[in-house]
Amino acid sequence: MSLLQIKDLSLTIHGTQILKRINLSIEPGQIVAVTGESGSGKSMTALAVMQLLPNGAEVDGALQLDGQNLLNMPEVERCALRGASIGMVFQEPMTALNPVKTIGDQVMETILIHKAMPPAKARARAEEVLARVGLPTSRYPMTRYPHELSGGQRQRVVIAMAIALRPRLLIADEPTTALDVTTQAQILDLLKGLVSEYGMGLLMITHDLAVVADMADQIVVMRYGEVVETGATEHLLRNMQHPYTRMLFEASGHQVDLPASPEPQPLLEVENVVRDYRLPRKRLFDAPGHHRAVDQVSFTLNRGERLGLVGESGCGKSTLTRAILGLEEVQQGRISLDGQPVFTGHKPNLAVRRKMQVVFQDPYGSFNPRHRVARLITEPFHLLDTPPTGSDRQDRIAEMLTAVGLSPDDAGRYVHEFSGGQRQRIAIARALIIQPELILFDEAVSALDVSVRAQILDLLAELCATYDLTYLFISHDLSVVRTITDKVLVMQDGKIVEQGETEQVFTQPQHPYTRTLIDAAPSLPEIGQGAA
Amino acid sequence: MLRYALKRLLSLILSLAVASVVIFVVIEIAPGDPASFMLGVNAQADTLAALRAELGLDVSKAERYFNWVGGMLVGDFGTSYTYRTPVSQMIADRMWVSLPLAIYALTLSTLIAFPAGIYAAARRGKPGDVAVMGATQLGIAVPNFWFAMMLVLVFAINLRWFNAGGFAGWENGLWTGLRSLTLPAIALALPQAAILARVMRSALLDILSEDFMRTARAKGLSHRQALWRHGVRNALIPVLTIIGLQFSFLLAGSIIIEQVFYLPGLGRLVFQAISARDLIVVESVVMLLVFAVIMVNFMVDLAYAAVDPRLRSRT
Repeated sequence: MSLLQIKDLSLTIHGTQILKRINLSIEPGQIVAVTGESGSGKSMTALAVMQLLPNGAEVDGALQLDGQNLLNMPEVERCALRGASIGMVFQEPMTALNPVKTIGDQVMETILIHKAMPPAKARARAEEVLARVGLPTSRYPMTRYPHELSGGQRQRVVIAMAIALRPRLLIADEPTTALDVTTQAQILDLLKGLVSEYGMGLLMITHDLAVVADMADQIVVMRYGEVVETGATEHLLRNMQHPYTRMLFEASGHQVDLPASPEPQPLLEVENVVRDYRLPRKRLFDAPGHHRAVDQVSFTLNRGERLGLVGESGCGKSTLTRAILGLEEVQQGRISLDGQPVFTGHKPNLAVRRKMQVVFQDPYGSFNPRHRVARLITEPFHLLDTPPTGSDRQDRIAEMLTAVGLSPDDAGRYVHEFSGGQRQRIAIARALIIQPELILFDEAVSALDVSVRAQILDLLAELCATYDLTYLFISHDLSVVRTITDKVLVMQDGKIVEQGETEQVFTQPQHPYTRTLIDAAPSLPEIGQGAA
Repeated sequence: MLRYALKRLLSLILSLAVASVVIFVVIEIAPGDPASFMLGVNAQADTLAALRAELGLDVSKAERYFNWVGGMLVGDFGTSYTYRTPVSQMIADRMWVSLPLAIYALTLSTLIAFPAGIYAAARRGKPGDVAVMGATQLGIAVPNFWFAMMLVLVFAINLRWFNAGGFAGWENGLWTGLRSLTLPAIALALPQAAILARVMRSALLDILSEDFMRTARAKGLSHRQALWRHGVRNALIPVLTIIGLQFSFLLAGSIIIEQVFYLPGLGRLVFQAISARDLIVVESVVMLLVFAVIMVNFMVDLAYAAVDPRLRSRT
């Protein structure tokens, strides 16, 4: 008998069909990865197993844990199962913990709520599981609060809570999506170790196919609430049957052809830039301390060149981006575009500012939801002394929307009418409309599904050919940076530790940190061999 | 935590200093000389001068400011121009009514609002929630003096459980004093409770949609356990802010209720002092109220830190 058996599970929420006759099973000690793009129903499958579905949910079919059907179980018994027999780890470690309770209390709560052991023993068990997940109490006392820990450490606490009672089934919903690659590698190792040590079944929900290929024994591919393909990892990778599965894997490893970059001619010059942040005083009359977010950074970006900037969160990528955009003043050094400084005196230099545009990560959050597309994409016009008006303006809007693969008619619509990928196209149109010399892409494809990401990358390559773009592409995703840039900068603790031709840096990394990054990133297996 | 408290204390002292200057300047700008007001239009010049000297009005403005502040620091608030009695005594008498009344009303309001707000949030969209929200809507809309009159009608005139007005004093025992404050406290508390319940509900609803509430459920907590153990404390921050504001309001803003119930409170004192140009009393009471407001804010700040560990370490 399987540990978890899902038979013909259907789910509607307020009448909308979310899941259609899902079938999957997990054996003890097995890792089953459910993958698919957003809206495929993979997270809802996880929540259905936990029986933590939103209001208005109606479930049909069978959901058996050790032969017990969870669906017709009273809520009291389900509470007894959650946390004890089924543990769950969530995507967002930053918000998954209660900010006003200590980590020790939160781990102990799992044990105490099920009255599994007396408080003294529960404390000892909490210490034990925290040590097991890599947070020994000697270094991370149980009295710590979540805000005193990093994202990776918080995820370890969440895992400790989930495994405190050694559940037979662990569900992990995008457990490493919010984490850096090196942290991701550690957390995945931890999960794998726990599965083999405790003989747990692991139901892993992730959109990252490299992680899937690396971790799973079984793969379940979902689309629009249906399972399109399932099978043992090795077998499925070698013989993909469904075109959607093949498309997913191909899109994940998508490569683009960038046009050759022209003769080097400096455009953006960054020289010995230092950006300090003031820290709060430690004592009342002490001098305030400083945190050096960007430390003596120098590089040159040539006209027509595509430069990548990679590094983990907190390394100073975003600070450097803001400094280049002239949003913040730097303490030392010089940033100039086309020979002109971005900061003159203590004010940003508008003449330079209008030559730069930026595309952000969140395609929805970066638009005013009450403006129509025409107004949104013409926003950069206010930087110009004589913005185009009348039919000239209409033509520019139409040209840009067409260039990014939308229709000129979309100008009259609102942002919420578009999908994530289309919104990012609008963001690109907004950046392009004043034909800037330099575009900064700040994690611009990180929030997109793989198939959409592949389309946006293609679009960028096309635009490079049409408009001779020069850009700085900031990302934590090494595979994307590898295909979409000519040169790359690797940043660690505010310093550029390595820079060079992208291909060279990736194939022959010189700095140990670059090597760590590349090794930690899970890689896609070669696919399609032997496929029909 | 200590650093946080010291920092808040420093800001408290600065606020008080600034407030005292502002109050002094504003009251000085107001037209009307208290001495000539007291003696009437036909006063002799030398009598006027003598009275001015007696009242301490004959020195420079800066000197008067420092005399005033220095006096307050040692508990000497000066002498009332109209009653010729020490202001500190007048204020102290009234404080014995206003302060207990404010605390009484705030306690009632909190006792009503917390359960109502939590109940409504836990049953969002269900009949219980709708009923509570309807009641709070009414509580906010109806003015408190109307409540006061209704309470008098029902509990004082018909049922004769309480007196319709006046203050029995604390000399005759705690219960006698509390009894004469009960109806005014209820009248003050109801609208405040309605506001507080709504704040509690919406704060809690925000918290209920947080990720960590889902984590709590995944650990095996029931909906109710998750709400009480993880929800309420996180929802307290906005609620504490409102409680602080309400206390300040209750201390000084209860003048209408004081009038309805013939209570000798601070509100009436200020009102009388303003009509009589008794500036020294006005200055002192206003300063005292500012002090109370700032103190309450200080305590609210400390309460924030007690509730939320993130504030303790940030500072």
